[in-house]
Amino acid sequence: MSRKNIKILAVLDNLSKVLESVDAQLDAADCPLKTKMQVDVAVEELFVNIANYAYVPDTGDADILIEIMDSCPIPEDCQEDISDIDRSGNWLRVTLSDSGTPFNPLLKEDPDVTLSAQDRRIGGLGIFMVKKSMDYMYYEFKDGKNNISICKKLS
Amino acid sequence: MLNIEKQINGADATVILEGRLDTTTAPQLENELKSFMESITNLVFDFEKLEYISSAGLRVLLTAQKFMSKQGSMKLIHVKDDVNEIFEVTGFSDILTIE
Repeated sequence: MSRKNIKILAVLDNLSKVLESVDAQLDAADCPLKTKMQVDVAVEELFVNIANYAYVPDTGDADILIEIMDSCPIPEDCQEDISDIDRSGNWLRVTLSDSGTPFNPLLKEDPDVTLSAQDRRIGGLGIFMVKKSMDYMYYEFKDGKNNISICKKLS
Repeated sequence: MLNIEKQINGADATVILEGRLDTTTAPQLENELKSFMESITNLVFDFEKLEYISSAGLRVLLTAQKFMSKQGSMKLIHVKDDVNEIFEVTGFSDILTIE
């Protein structure tokens, strides 16, 4: 099992560095390609949110903790009902933290995915994609920091 | 990294994407599309070599779809399974034409 922490300036130019670090951990855990892509999409979304909004008009750091665990990481305060989830096997948890403006992305309303192209709005898709492709995610504001975690069953 | 290759033949355009369509590369595609979209009626995206798409990429596709719906047609061909999964999750498989 593994644990890696990256501290990096939250700017868009660092996105590829972030994803490379995440991928290196996932590759070491023999993560399937499909899961890797879903995790990348999720991490991109959350990192870009921090880069674009957390420290406006300044910039600041993001901490990214990537953990591979041999059981489901049950959070103390999970906003989602996870009682139906199969907790066995290996799990991945990625936690992104910043000390910018308090913001819980989970409170954002889901877009209506049944609308036609003409009626669909451009925004709001990102977090929705993350919610749909991860097994669960949760947010906490602690010690002046936003912490958002995504959890995905690996095997 | 994203490689964009375009083939324009009269009112038909094919855009071949290779690599990753993400937050950093999506603006590149957006600018490319803007440069010729007004003059075409059929737009085809060849995704055979597209490895990755995030919501920034989806936004560009949605904008293109809205534009092309008014003046012609747009479709995606050779979409990989992993990319298709993203379209499924977001409901994009219902609003885009994927062959």
